[in-house]
Amino acid sequence: MKPPKFDYFAPDSIESALALIREHGGDARFLAGGQSLVPMMNFRVAAPSALIDLNGIAALRGITVDDNGCLHIGAMTRTREIETDTEIAAANPLLHAAAPSIAHIQIRNRGTIGGSLAHADPAAELPGIVVVCDAEINVIGPGGTRCIAAKDFFEGIFSTALQDGEMISEIVFPPWPAGRRWAFREISRREGDFAMVGIAGWFDTNENGAISAAGLAAIGAGDTPLRLPSAEVALIGQAPGDAVFTNAAAAAIDDLQPGSDIHASAAYRREVGGVLVERVLKTAWQRPALEATA
Amino acid sequence: MTEKHSLTLTVNGQTRRCEVEPRMTLADCLREKLDLTGTHLGCEHGVCGACTVIVDGAAIRSCLMFAVQAAGTEITTVEGLADGDELSVLQQAFHDNFALQCGFCTPGFLTTAETILKENPSPTRAEVQSAISGNICRCTGYVPIIDAILEAADRRRKGEK
Repeated sequence: MKPPKFDYFAPDSIESALALIREHGGDARFLAGGQSLVPMMNFRVAAPSALIDLNGIAALRGITVDDNGCLHIGAMTRTREIETDTEIAAANPLLHAAAPSIAHIQIRNRGTIGGSLAHADPAAELPGIVVVCDAEINVIGPGGTRCIAAKDFFEGIFSTALQDGEMISEIVFPPWPAGRRWAFREISRREGDFAMVGIAGWFDTNENGAISAAGLAAIGAGDTPLRLPSAEVALIGQAPGDAVFTNAAAAAIDDLQPGSDIHASAAYRREVGGVLVERVLKTAWQRPALEATA
Repeated sequence: MTEKHSLTLTVNGQTRRCEVEPRMTLADCLREKLDLTGTHLGCEHGVCGACTVIVDGAAIRSCLMFAVQAAGTEITTVEGLADGDELSVLQQAFHDNFALQCGFCTPGFLTTAETILKENPSPTRAEVQSAISGNICRCTGYVPIIDAILEAADRRRKGEK
């Protein structure tokens, strides 16, 4: 047995989970899908004194679209459900498109959206998607409930705005306007591995055919998922087209803050990040034509 | 409690009971408590896929799930794929296509492929390639494994089991 010893509890309600984490103190951890925490325990990088297993709490699971068109995803909803759910495919096609890139099928069968956000790996896909979509993260803890904007949630590598004893309860994505263009692209050594760099993006056009709103975010290119404001500004007011996309990609490079590691150098990540921005924008723009001929 | 938990689970159609410490992974439980050593442990941190088993119909890494979490579930391990001494179509296709050499990764490929073919009985080559991306094989170069899964899909569509 590789992990260190711990106490194990499997509450069936949010209230009892919160009570248990309060009772067991600072070294206790919530256990979501376990696809990041358990490897860390197997390496003994993490050694929680107690695990409060959230897998039995039905209230933390589920996918719904409300009357305003907001998509609500329970924190313990598994990545595989996000990948295969037809409601999500319609309510947030960008999230749907990114899901197959999240690790491998065996991991997606266990891993959860809340777990991925709380873990806050800078190269993980779901943090990038919530940031680019301006989603809200609802958390619950000893101080009650609060709602954190995705852009304020990620504070550093493996570090979030979650306080001791708090858990994510739900992620809320704003409505997806008709006609929005979107794409997700990442580069990794092997399909399903962590991205060396990934880019998620969307844009809307107005009645004059100009880009009226745009969102671009990078993963694996900084300590947190990054919005790319210079690239977004370069798109606004322009008519979509190759020259505009190339300009935006060049601007995006200034927004990236990549580091170097065993997988890729900062210079490589910067270059690839720019290339991916261009590909994302082109794919997003060409998609209706591509789908019509498919 | 760090003390042992009693759990009941269904493994390969049989009800099994055991006592485990919370920190015992499902993989270790299957191998050490239930003597099902067909499930192999490679990396023990969720990268290699050798320990893949099927829990309630879904392929999962048994090194990343604690045995206590499997209480009440239905599990299929590689031992549960064959019908007695009769290999399943998938296993036979691995044999026929030389889809294994040392065999260490094979249980993980078989359990993963079993769930792929249940969900998608007619996968394309690209879909198979993508679906086994979470399993590492250092012998075959993957091509015979993909061939075997596609052949098994074909034979299963013709009604073989």
